[in-house]
Amino acid sequence: MASTEITGPAGTVAPARTEPRTTGRRRSPSGTKRENRLSGHGWPGLLFLAPFLVMYLLFIVGPAVYGLVMSFFHTSMVSPGLGEFAGFGNYAEALSSSDFWSALWQTIWFTILTTPPLIALALVFALLAERARRARWFFRLAFFLPYILPSAVVALIWIWMYTPELGLLSRAVTSLGFAEPDWLGDPDFAMVSLAITTVWWTLGFNFVLYLAGLQEIPRELYEASSIDGAGPWQQIRLITVPLLARTTSLVVVLQVIASLKVFDQMYIMTQGGPNYATRSLLQYVFDVGFTDFRSGAAAAASTLFFVVVLAVSAFWLVMTRRQEPEL
Amino acid sequence: MTGPPLPRSAFTRRDLLKATLLGAVTTAGCSSVGAGLLNTPPGAGTVSYWNLFGGGDGVRMLQMEDGYRKANPHIELRSITLAWGNPYYTKLALATVGDRPPDVAASHLTRMKTLVRANLLQELNPEDLERHGMTADKFAPRAWEAGLVDGKIYAIPIDTHPFVLFYNTKICEQAGLLDAEGNLRPIEGPDAFQDALSKVKQVTGRDGATHAVTSPSSAPWRIFQTLYSQLGGEVLADDGTRIVLDDAKAKQVLDYLRVLTVDKGLMPASVDYQGSIALFASGAAGFHLNGEWEISTFQTAKLPFSMTLVPNIFGGPYAVQADSHTLVLPVRPDQDRAALDRALGFVRSMLDQSLTWAQGGHVPTWQPVATSAAYRELTPQSQYASAAASAVYDPAGWYSGSGSNFETIVGSAVGAVVTGEMSSVDAIAQMRSQLAVLAATASPV
Repeated sequence: MASTEITGPAGTVAPARTEPRTTGRRRSPSGTKRENRLSGHGWPGLLFLAPFLVMYLLFIVGPAVYGLVMSFFHTSMVSPGLGEFAGFGNYAEALSSSDFWSALWQTIWFTILTTPPLIALALVFALLAERARRARWFFRLAFFLPYILPSAVVALIWIWMYTPELGLLSRAVTSLGFAEPDWLGDPDFAMVSLAITTVWWTLGFNFVLYLAGLQEIPRELYEASSIDGAGPWQQIRLITVPLLARTTSLVVVLQVIASLKVFDQMYIMTQGGPNYATRSLLQYVFDVGFTDFRSGAAAAASTLFFVVVLAVSAFWLVMTRRQEPEL
Repeated sequence: MTGPPLPRSAFTRRDLLKATLLGAVTTAGCSSVGAGLLNTPPGAGTVSYWNLFGGGDGVRMLQMEDGYRKANPHIELRSITLAWGNPYYTKLALATVGDRPPDVAASHLTRMKTLVRANLLQELNPEDLERHGMTADKFAPRAWEAGLVDGKIYAIPIDTHPFVLFYNTKICEQAGLLDAEGNLRPIEGPDAFQDALSKVKQVTGRDGATHAVTSPSSAPWRIFQTLYSQLGGEVLADDGTRIVLDDAKAKQVLDYLRVLTVDKGLMPASVDYQGSIALFASGAAGFHLNGEWEISTFQTAKLPFSMTLVPNIFGGPYAVQADSHTLVLPVRPDQDRAALDRALGFVRSMLDQSLTWAQGGHVPTWQPVATSAAYRELTPQSQYASAAASAVYDPAGWYSGSGSNFETIVGSAVGAVVTGEMSSVDAIAQMRSQLAVLAATASPV
């Protein structure tokens, strides 16, 4: 989907792009054609979709609906059934809980700290890796490699690097003559440390998306622009970055969602501490639902969080849709 | 898709699809039948057992399970080790609610009570226990009584695991803190402890003692509970519905901890669990305050160390934070007498092997072992055995217990004082306001 629409900077490609869209619109009212398609090829099609649909209904839609229902009850982890009806009690509790709001803020703070570097650095590294003449495979691999590590491995490596007095980073910082920050122990700094770890770990994903985006840019544009006398910096600014706009909007929305959903790093590296300074909203849900056995209250907090993520995604989608004609 | 038409063979794509589907359905059917067979309560002679022991404890538990298998070759023991903490209790609770619990499960004494309130554990009849030789008088009284719920038995405590003082014998000798036999001379009172830490610090040049402060957030709960209990303080009452925190006593404890860390620099103010262990193991500190279970870590590190009671700092009746591992029998729909006896036989076998368990630092509750010469000769483990009699468990309440939010709330506030982020007064206020929310929340069990 992204590939067809990324192509073409100027009007040249525009007609090709609008054409299928209008036909698509035209087709939808003519019901007969669609019905024919369904009756003719529908069943095998559905059959092929079935494994996915069954899993999707069973493990995504089903639990989500159950969670929504549960959020209106005083459901307990340790007793069967939904329990007593709570109305909007669980929602009221979450919204009036200072823990909920501080966890929401920690999550947003983490998103603010991680999203810009994860996008900017991914773009920079993708550009550099793309320009490398030799051992391009090495650079591509090197930046992507951390991403394939499981969260627990990443967390354990970084816990050791952050260990005060004994850790690798402490040595590095102090040998450069700086006072060593208390990486994970200082409530004001712990989130920054977690963000650094996360950037190192997950950069590879955005990096690969940008690499793919770069492949889509036609070489001729660079050739033409260099004939016209454009320097490398101008090429990046006026050709590469604008043509990567679609990729960027995809990367941003995926990154914001991924950052909002943070859990693993904090759960393993700080358990939300010190003094709740790094408790993400999902950890709050975990604490209420699993540690306190209060599934109903956790489901309500979880639903509220779902609405937040949905709103952010929808906002971004609308924004990028609005930008689309300009591309 | 639109290639040249293939010659129609005996086996078409459609056939392949059908065959695959059929295959898939059959396999699914078989596996569900298989799963059914596996999950159905096995026939005579099986005991399923869930526990949460990793590290050195995990190794020793496997040894004990082998001991049981050897002694009971006709009974099949199915043992599963799950991740420690919340994930374990979640799985145990859900399995029991779903009528598929193990026959026997390990549980912390402080967590077991919530399971009892949720009606997930079988009450154990004294007559049934007696059939297997397990009577109240054969257990350490403190752990046994702490495990009763409304006077009824639901759990068999296998150990007490108190907060203890580890000391580096080499460093403490240089600091002149050991007696002629090489044991730490008794330390009593706030000044004496501070003095001992200063002397050690002169030797190490770094820290006097270490304990976990920042992470896990619940870690500082243990030292707080120990000192606060020595002042006779309590945090919760009436099953957790009332907060009875004594602000003056809590402040005294917090201020003392702050002196040791922030003011005098005798203990690192900001260090996590692993870091506090690493500093002690590397000789950067002469003392280490932690649960006795870390004994295996320091033995593996070949550290010259010993262990003793955490000093009585505030001079009241001796008290120390502790918990116990217990064995419980989750409620199951198909419990019969034979299965009960097999389960209790397994519990008894674990108790009989308490000496193996004690090597991991835990103080055995099973008196035939606890009073034996073999245990007394087990050092340094037997040197702090008396802590079991002065054990202070987490207060009762649905949100309290090992790894609970109660421990995290208090631990976080204590940690914030120790790192110098917060004044003791603010920390107490934070504790109170967070506990008040939970105390006012209806119990989910």
